[in-house]
Amino acid sequence: MAISRFLPFGISIIGDEHAIRDALRQLLDGLKPLNLDIEEAGTVELVLAEALNNIVEHAYPADMQPGPINIDCALKSDGLHFEIRDEGLAMPDGQIPLGMTQSTNVDVLDLPEGGFGWFLIRDLAKDVGYARVGACNILKLRIAVAT
Amino acid sequence: MELSSKTEGPLRIVAVQDARIDAIVALKFKEAMRSLTADGPEWVVLDLSKVQFVDSSGLGAIVAAMKNMAGERTLVLAGLTPMVDKVFRLTRMDQVLRIFGTLDAALKELQV
Repeated sequence: MAISRFLPFGISIIGDEHAIRDALRQLLDGLKPLNLDIEEAGTVELVLAEALNNIVEHAYPADMQPGPINIDCALKSDGLHFEIRDEGLAMPDGQIPLGMTQSTNVDVLDLPEGGFGWFLIRDLAKDVGYARVGACNILKLRIAVAT
Repeated sequence: MELSSKTEGPLRIVAVQDARIDAIVALKFKEAMRSLTADGPEWVVLDLSKVQFVDSSGLGAIVAAMKNMAGERTLVLAGLTPMVDKVFRLTRMDQVLRIFGTLDAALKELQV
C-alpha cells in the first residue's frame, strides 16, 4: 500500500512571494514516492499555490513583516490532507471568501481579473476548512488522489 | 519574464518563454504584454506552448491583457498545455477567449 510507504511531511517557509515557488517544489519532491499522475500533481501544485498566494497577499500584506507558513501533508485512504498554518492577519469575517461570483457572460471590460484563487481551491479541493486559533490561521483541505 | 514577439501579416505572435505565469511574474507579464501590443496588427496570438503552470494571478494577468487591448486588438490563445487548459476551463475563461490547440492552427485560421 502506498499509504504505508508514504510518511507525512512538513514544509516551513517565510511568507513572502519569493518563497512560494520553492515551497511548491519541495512539496512536489515530497510527494514523489506516490507517483502521482501529471494531472494529480498539477492539481496539488495549483491548489497549494493559490492557498500560499492568499496568505502572502492577505495574511502578510506588503506593509507587514512576513512571518512563517507551515504546510503539513499526510496521506489517508481518501486522499492527501493538507494543513497550512500562518501567523498573519485573520480572514475577513473569519470566513473563506466564496471567490469568483461574477458571471463570464458580461462585456469584456467587466470580466473579473481576480477572485479565481478561492474558486479554484473550492473546485479542486474537498473539505476546505478554516479556523483562527489564537494568533494562527489554520486552513485544512483534502485533495483526492488515486493510491 | 521573457516574451518574444514577431509579426506575420495581420498577426502579432507573442510567445511566453517561461514555464510559469504565476503571482511573482504576473505584473511583469501584464506590463510586457502592454508594451508588445501597444501598436501593430489587429490580432494578437499568445503562444502558451512552453507554459506548464498558470495560477490565478497569471490567469488574471492574461484577462487584463485582453481587456487592455479590447476595442483595438483581439487576443487569442494557442498551445495550452494540460494544466493551463484546465485552469481556463474551470474558471470558464475558455468561453471569453478564443483558444487554438496549436500556434499553427491559429495561424491557419486567422491568416488572410
